[in-house]
Amino acid sequence: MSSKSQLWAKVSPWQRWREELVLRALFICALISVFTTLGIIYILFGESLQFFAHVSPLDFFFGREWAPMFEPRSFGVLPLVSGTMLIAVGALVIALPLGVGIAIYTAEYATGRWQKILKPTLEILAGIPSVVYGYFALNKITPLLQAIYPDTEVFNAASASLVIAIMILPTIASICDDSIRAVPKAVRDGAYALGTRKSEVIAHIVVPSALSGILASFILAFSRAIGETMAVTLAAGATPKLTLNPFEGVQAMTAYIAQVSMGDVSHGSIEYQSIFAVGLVLFLMTLGMNLLSQFIVKRYARKYE
Amino acid sequence: MSQIEGTVDNPKRALREQDRSMPDKENRAIFAVNAQRRKLKEQVFYYLIFLATLSALFVLVYLIGSIFSDGWPYLNWDFLTNFPSRFPAKAGFKSAIYGTAWLGCLTLFFSVLFGVGSAVYLQELSAKGRLSSGIELSIATLAGVPSIIYGMLGLGIFVRFLALGRSVLAGALTLSLLILPVIIIASREALKSVPDSIRMGAFALGATRWQTVRDHVLPAAIPGIATGVILAMARSIGEAAPLILLGALTYIAFVPESVFDSFTAMPIQIFNWASRPQAQFHDLAAAGIIVLLGFLLICNSAAIILRSRWRAK
Repeated sequence: MSSKSQLWAKVSPWQRWREELVLRALFICALISVFTTLGIIYILFGESLQFFAHVSPLDFFFGREWAPMFEPRSFGVLPLVSGTMLIAVGALVIALPLGVGIAIYTAEYATGRWQKILKPTLEILAGIPSVVYGYFALNKITPLLQAIYPDTEVFNAASASLVIAIMILPTIASICDDSIRAVPKAVRDGAYALGTRKSEVIAHIVVPSALSGILASFILAFSRAIGETMAVTLAAGATPKLTLNPFEGVQAMTAYIAQVSMGDVSHGSIEYQSIFAVGLVLFLMTLGMNLLSQFIVKRYARKYE
Repeated sequence: MSQIEGTVDNPKRALREQDRSMPDKENRAIFAVNAQRRKLKEQVFYYLIFLATLSALFVLVYLIGSIFSDGWPYLNWDFLTNFPSRFPAKAGFKSAIYGTAWLGCLTLFFSVLFGVGSAVYLQELSAKGRLSSGIELSIATLAGVPSIIYGMLGLGIFVRFLALGRSVLAGALTLSLLILPVIIIASREALKSVPDSIRMGAFALGATRWQTVRDHVLPAAIPGIATGVILAMARSIGEAAPLILLGALTYIAFVPESVFDSFTAMPIQIFNWASRPQAQFHDLAAAGIIVLLGFLLICNSAAIILRSRWRAK
């Protein structure tokens, strides 16, 4: 490809051969991502199909009891989905106002020293491994909750929600911060010229203008919360249960997958296949949410001249 | 409005003078509708937001502080050089530290090789077509896939299909795939920020495309790439979920000696201790967390130092 545009330059056959070779090699590197995606889809669907040969999809998707280990076995995924949702929604309810608040503070108010403290703080919070958050939930948050509300079980959804809220806080804050900063100065100046106060400009002009980014950050954070494994496994327990009470133990989808793979489950058994079916549900949920957040950014982002 | 005399250095007085010189002072009340209430609302708004921000700071301080106060007494030389044990007093972190070091080196090798390679291909060499947009789509998809799903992929492909077993190699390959999208995206950003004049200059001197990339574009993009790689490595060091899927949660009382040996890693050992009922193991977990956070701190400081060094050049 380079030879045509460089007829005047000396490109030896060896060089041309090397160019081709490098191009091919790098192309193969780039293909790895495609193969990874296809591999994930193949593995999840392949094993799930074998699972669905034993369990009818109707029972799986609408069954209200999850008991894969004991007779009589029952593979209704709803308790796992509800466990995941209880934890993730709880985390979002906590992280949402805090994240937007922090984003407004860092984008609109923070000056000099505060800015220097806040950015690294959020980066550190984002960089702490999830197993550390799991330890924190089990050993610090749960005793705290038990002190406030004595009926809290040792493993409970609320502690998992709280630590996942901390984990997704930086995601929400940094995306919201970016989209708040992207609102042009002219829009704010227009509002100031009408005699509004700063808080009114933020609440009525800036935040609505940045809404698409804020919404996208929520969905992205929600998808992260659903896929979170270690904190959920450590803090929320391993009892699949259809409940809305955050102070009880529940089992999330990821926690079930981790639980099965920690035990000695033989390859090809129905428990082994069931984690792939649950994984498929998890994959489709997170994929849907990521696509939705990309769509929102594309469709509803306000364009400024 | 003309400047009122003697007010240059005194803005407050300037405002007052302006007030006095305006013709219809009472009509300006339209700008101060509900002034008191709105002022109060503004203050409440500000303090709520400030409180939200403080809460994040407080959580971080409390998290780090409580882990240090739990784990610090257990952190001694024996802890770092003993193997895990059923007895908390004898249990150590050695196999986990070695396992993480092995994993880290191998993951670094694979992910840099493939990640930077794909970034260079996509950003510098590829023809914009359906194929490269397909690659980009799959990278965007992979960036949002939960880490535990990568564990299932690793279990299916590396552990079973390629029959690598529960080895360091299988773990490292899985972690490499996990951080690949992060490295590709960061490297592409770094390559994008290299000005086109550098490429044009090289082409003008008769360099081929690969010579241009190798000798001019890549060196200019290295600080950005290195920062992205180190941050991605920090993520992979703390990742436990995919490794648990591979079956790495076993009692390991030896140090891996080849890439085909089984292994444990720091986050897995921490998880193991934290999930036991005895309180003493929880303190051991805290000590392990301190070591893990120390590793991450070294990684992140390296990224910061690297960034500032290259900027200075």
